[in-house]
Amino acid sequence: MTSTTTPVRRAARTGRTVRRVRVLRAGGLSLRVDLRAAAVVVLLLLAALAAGVLLIGTGDFPIPAGDVLRAVAGGGNRGQQFVVRELRLPRVLVGLLVGACLGLGGAVFQAVSRNPLGSPDVLGLSQGATAGALVVIVVFSGSAAAVTLGALAGGLVTGLALHLLAWRQGVHGYRLVLVGIGVSAVVTAVDGYLVTQADFVDAARAVVWMTGSLNGRDWTQVRPLLVLCAVLVPVVLAHGPGLRMTEMGDDVSHALGVRVERTRLVLMASAVLLTSAATAAAGPVGFVALTAPQLARRLTRSPGPNLVPSLCTGAALLVTADWVSQRAFGADQLPVGVVTGVLGGVHLLRLLVTERRAGRA
Amino acid sequence: MNRLSADDVTLAYDRRVIAEQLSVEIPDHSFTVIVGPNACGKSTLLRALSRMLRPSRGRVLLDGRVIQSMPAKQVARTLGLLPQSSVAPDGITVGDLVGRGRHPHQGILRQWSAEDERVVRASMARTGVAELSDRYVDELSGGQRQRVWLAMALAQQTPLLLLDEPTTYLDIQHQIDVLDLCAELHEEQGRTLVAVLHDLNHAARYATHLVALKAGKVVASGAPGDIVTAELVEEVFGLRCQVVDDPETGTPLVVPAARRARARVPAEGAS
Repeated sequence: MTSTTTPVRRAARTGRTVRRVRVLRAGGLSLRVDLRAAAVVVLLLLAALAAGVLLIGTGDFPIPAGDVLRAVAGGGNRGQQFVVRELRLPRVLVGLLVGACLGLGGAVFQAVSRNPLGSPDVLGLSQGATAGALVVIVVFSGSAAAVTLGALAGGLVTGLALHLLAWRQGVHGYRLVLVGIGVSAVVTAVDGYLVTQADFVDAARAVVWMTGSLNGRDWTQVRPLLVLCAVLVPVVLAHGPGLRMTEMGDDVSHALGVRVERTRLVLMASAVLLTSAATAAAGPVGFVALTAPQLARRLTRSPGPNLVPSLCTGAALLVTADWVSQRAFGADQLPVGVVTGVLGGVHLLRLLVTERRAGRA
Repeated sequence: MNRLSADDVTLAYDRRVIAEQLSVEIPDHSFTVIVGPNACGKSTLLRALSRMLRPSRGRVLLDGRVIQSMPAKQVARTLGLLPQSSVAPDGITVGDLVGRGRHPHQGILRQWSAEDERVVRASMARTGVAELSDRYVDELSGGQRQRVWLAMALAQQTPLLLLDEPTTYLDIQHQIDVLDLCAELHEEQGRTLVAVLHDLNHAARYATHLVALKAGKVVASGAPGDIVTAELVEEVFGLRCQVVDDPETGTPLVVPAARRARARVPAEGAS
């Protein structure tokens, strides 16, 4: 195996940094690795893992980090095993998976619409999933499983409507964002109407669901999410190179052999599924889909959709936010959605302000 | 038989028909230039030839096969296209952009071969942008940027290359610079070039094969020296003019009639 490093030297201007790309070759195979992006991914995974271990180890029944890892692996005493494997691990896994889904879904939508505002929570997908869940809660007083299915269906229907309304000889960025904002407004109104029509018990249930929370999540949420991710993440990543090409406009990417419309359709359908599934599992957790790709982009300092870094950022962000929501305010637990909004928003603002000072963005 | 041709195609956007029953042959190893007045369908024809636009009737043939029926990446290894306006992604370097021209040769397990590396370097050297490799595309001048896009199209290594008005938005010296480069690329490897050009004199000077379009129909095609006459220019563009020999190259040079001469009814100046 040979490997070469192509350092991309600093340009004369400030604010732009060295990018190193390492190419690994063996026989006819070659892999291209952006060293900074790879380092960012590893650090984010470690951060997500650390936050997860911390989250499992703290609470009313504290467990040292070493014992947490032992219990996850199947060791430790029975009490610890029960607390870790039955109570706290599923919640952390749901958090990781929901964050990953939202991060990846957001990265796809932002790349397709070529607009940071083109993320699922702005386009009305989360609100659509909420509407689906509310219909099940308010109209049918359905079970938790039915609510999950309702949310999934709501997200898919909204995604389909969005595509039909925004499609005009292909999907274009601005149109998608504008149509999405319209769809979002309509669906939000529907959500509000549904809550007013609910009786007292259903309304209380609806409001709890709508805050977006990881409370009481167990293995029944983990398994479907895991299966969905196992299928859709490879599909999305396989279309990543094509997505990167579409940044140069439809004509150029077409000329380079990308099936532009098919690539977009597959990616958007996958992103709608990922977002709907995440919302179905945890409720509408705001801001992760919007923030994670932006944070990832600034961490990797690389143009392009940054799919894997966005996925990892989403996972790390959500688990960290869950830890903050449970532990940082003593006995008062906040819904994780509140924390993601504050954490993500503040970080994004900080980055935008510092970048503006440095003369970029 | 030529590698690329449009066979009896009807071209339309939605219901707006641009051209009907249009047949065009692109001679192999030619530098074919398509000219015509605005809205005559020249860019539309180029889009059809590059399978960007599916003809509503008829077919575009590449190597004897209907172009739409071929795998996208296979077409992209045979036929390149430089569209009229291209956007470089934010914060992309010249080297990175040119490297994207290798996409049709790459796959999940073949992301950046030694061959990719070599071709990209050669393409940048060929278009004179090698020393700009680490610069950001958005910092370049229009002329440099067009060379970078040409380098990207070259990196695609296609025997056929289609260019949609490659000189638009450029100063005159950069227009000539880009056209000279195109002529060299055509001569070097027997590459077939097809370009849409606005300027009739540029077309007459650089083309080995000229196609004159008007309202979606081919009015004339052939070597510029054989077909460019005052009558043709008047028929296609509705412009009275003289056609003289270009003192530099001997190719036809179109000199529009002066305003007062154009006002008079019969052509006097044509000699």
